[in-house]
Amino acid sequence: MSKRELSRRGVLKTGALGGAGLALPTIFTASSAAAFTNEPTGGTVTLGFNVPQTGPYADEGADELRAYQLAVEHLNGGGDGGMMNTFSSKTLQGNGILGKKVEFVTGDTQTKSDAARASAKSMIEKDGAVMITGGSSSGVAIAVQGLCQEAGVIFMAGLTHSNDTTGKDKKANGFRHFFNGFMSGAALAPVLKNLYGTDRTAYHLTADYTWGWTQEESIAAATEALGWNTINKVRTPLAATDFSSYIAPVLNSGADVLVLNHYGGNMVNSLTNAVQFGLRDKVVNGKNFEIVVPLYSRLMAKGAGANVKGIHGSTNWHWSLQDEGSKAFVRSFGTKYGFPPSQAAHTVYCQTLLYADAVARAGSFNPCAVAEALEGFEFDGLGNGHTLYRAEDHQCFKDVLVVRGKENPTSEFDLLEVVEVTPAAQVTYAPDHPMFAGGTLGSCNPGA
Amino acid sequence: MDAFLLQILNGLDKGSAYALIALGLTLIFGTLGVVNFAHGALFMIGAFCAVTLQRLFSLSFETIDPSQKDFLGNPLKVKTPYLESWLGPDAGGAIIDWSVPLAILFAIPIMITIGFVMERGLIKHFYKRPHADQILVTFGLAIVLQEIVKYFYGANPIQTPAPDALNGVANVGAMIGMDIVYPVWRIVYFFFSVLIIGGIFAFLQFTTFGMVVRAGMADRETVGLLGINIDRRFTIMFGIAAAVAGLAGVMYTPINPPNYHMGMDFLVLSFVVVVVGGMGSLPGAVLAGFLLGILESFASTTWATTTLPGINQIIIYVVAILVLLTRPRGLMGLKGVMED
Repeated sequence: MSKRELSRRGVLKTGALGGAGLALPTIFTASSAAAFTNEPTGGTVTLGFNVPQTGPYADEGADELRAYQLAVEHLNGGGDGGMMNTFSSKTLQGNGILGKKVEFVTGDTQTKSDAARASAKSMIEKDGAVMITGGSSSGVAIAVQGLCQEAGVIFMAGLTHSNDTTGKDKKANGFRHFFNGFMSGAALAPVLKNLYGTDRTAYHLTADYTWGWTQEESIAAATEALGWNTINKVRTPLAATDFSSYIAPVLNSGADVLVLNHYGGNMVNSLTNAVQFGLRDKVVNGKNFEIVVPLYSRLMAKGAGANVKGIHGSTNWHWSLQDEGSKAFVRSFGTKYGFPPSQAAHTVYCQTLLYADAVARAGSFNPCAVAEALEGFEFDGLGNGHTLYRAEDHQCFKDVLVVRGKENPTSEFDLLEVVEVTPAAQVTYAPDHPMFAGGTLGSCNPGA
Repeated sequence: MDAFLLQILNGLDKGSAYALIALGLTLIFGTLGVVNFAHGALFMIGAFCAVTLQRLFSLSFETIDPSQKDFLGNPLKVKTPYLESWLGPDAGGAIIDWSVPLAILFAIPIMITIGFVMERGLIKHFYKRPHADQILVTFGLAIVLQEIVKYFYGANPIQTPAPDALNGVANVGAMIGMDIVYPVWRIVYFFFSVLIIGGIFAFLQFTTFGMVVRAGMADRETVGLLGINIDRRFTIMFGIAAAVAGLAGVMYTPINPPNYHMGMDFLVLSFVVVVVGGMGSLPGAVLAGFLLGILESFASTTWATTTLPGINQIIIYVVAILVLLTRPRGLMGLKGVMED
């Protein structure tokens, strides 16, 4: 019978060897077995939904989250399938993505870039999200897109309308389904020309951040091309609540059109203030004074109430569209939640399906394979007509809606009416257009 | 000249809200010595009193209209307010239309009760604690209150219009031969705030209760030694300050649709107003409120923003720094307040 004695040195040596042995497989897995960040290995795949759950856009974020949950349900074979039934690509079978059941985690962007990056980082590093999607602000979208590029995951942007998202700040791992400021200008200009003529003087009030700047530039360029004169462009703080001191100078400025480059609470308040000051009843230069809200949202229009009546703007999608895809989505969403979806809900639902479909077509969750599948992808049946995911800038090109505040709404949802569906060709621009210059996609980053 | 007068009007109108909120803040600070960061939340709750009354008046029953379809293609459910059904479309519609002014009566008891509960239930436990503790607890309370409101009313702004008769614009320059139009409701708001401010000053100046409160503000200990229950009177003043903030919120709803965050939007500005006016000085708060409102209005003009880009965003803080550098106690601050 042998006797073995334990010494402190011996325990340390054994511990060190054992630790190294245990660590070896992890190091090995991390360095070469995983081809890309958060490669799904089990029977599930996790998607990260990063939406404003608190803060001023929380209602919009809640609608996005509803749409994401609906998309996950449809991808996993639940519900009525929604737009999966009308989507031109038929690779999705309702058995998850590549046979893996879709699960999700959520983050709260708070509509703050730093908070949004922190929640996206947490979902990638702690929850193993293989794709991040969502947002209701261009500042947030650009910040999270940059993070996803560094982390090596795909970012499917939610509601972001700044030209910069797929312009100077575009990234190889980022994709945008939503339209942008340039497209709003291109869609609105002909309608404004028909309604208000070519001899107009415009005054811009603009939210002082990336989205406001690019929309102002786009709308001013589009209307000046019609022959309109832009008399002033005033930047308003994002935190402004009472716009009366910005509206008052408009009264004596000689302008006969006020363009409100505002969104969310800013739009609700500036439009309410403009109507309060009697701008809509004013006659300037022998013409009726007009107000234009280039980016409309039904949720925000509700906040502005009767003030939106007769006011024109543009939108990415509206529940009253009568194509099969829109009808399927409205039926599916409305039956589940009791009210029609917003444009934010629509775009994030589409993004989720488009990501899943790209994975299925690529046969891999590798972000570079997914990006390749999305680049140049042409599809239909998702509510916007024939659509192209352009390879050069990862921007979707599709029809844009020009809408008007409805004079006699029949319900609390019936606030906007579509006055024109502008064909995609009319809003398409060259990849090297000056308004989108200054950045490059770079190369896809698979991470790991 | 028209533009100049218009900006003056606008400044007075903006200053009305600042002055009302700052007046309540100063009342609380002057009486109880509490730095109340929940005061903006009281303004917000007042606004939501108007929203609540509008919703109560608009409670409806549904009837099916087979001739119209809803978004799912089902027969449309048409809502008819009970008030219109009971009193007829004209009388019922008029009550709903006037819900904001009527909400003043609704809000006063609610706001006074909230003020009492806040003061007795929470804030009185912090009287002898440092100002930093008071700020933390009242700021925390403000966040709790706004999250409660968001839970019940959502995050989006809620349209709460003025009565039709008070919508639209009035040509206030007609009597001096100028064309200066201004929204009627904003003029109403200005006169309303002047009325409330005048009422508070008259109450403090010409009533026995007010005299005791003023004496308590000057020397709480001596008033207590005279056998007067000054704490009870200060609690009532807290309720009155809450009501002032609430009424400012009620009447503000047609100007900008209320949302749960509106109190925070005003809070920082109101504190700047109080500091510029002088901590504890009621006339200082009112004067600074109107003054900063006018300055902010002029700083937003085209001339100002093109000459000094960004001046509209910083003017109030620049003025606050200048005032504090030259008059550390503020415009009308009293010696000894927050100087121990």
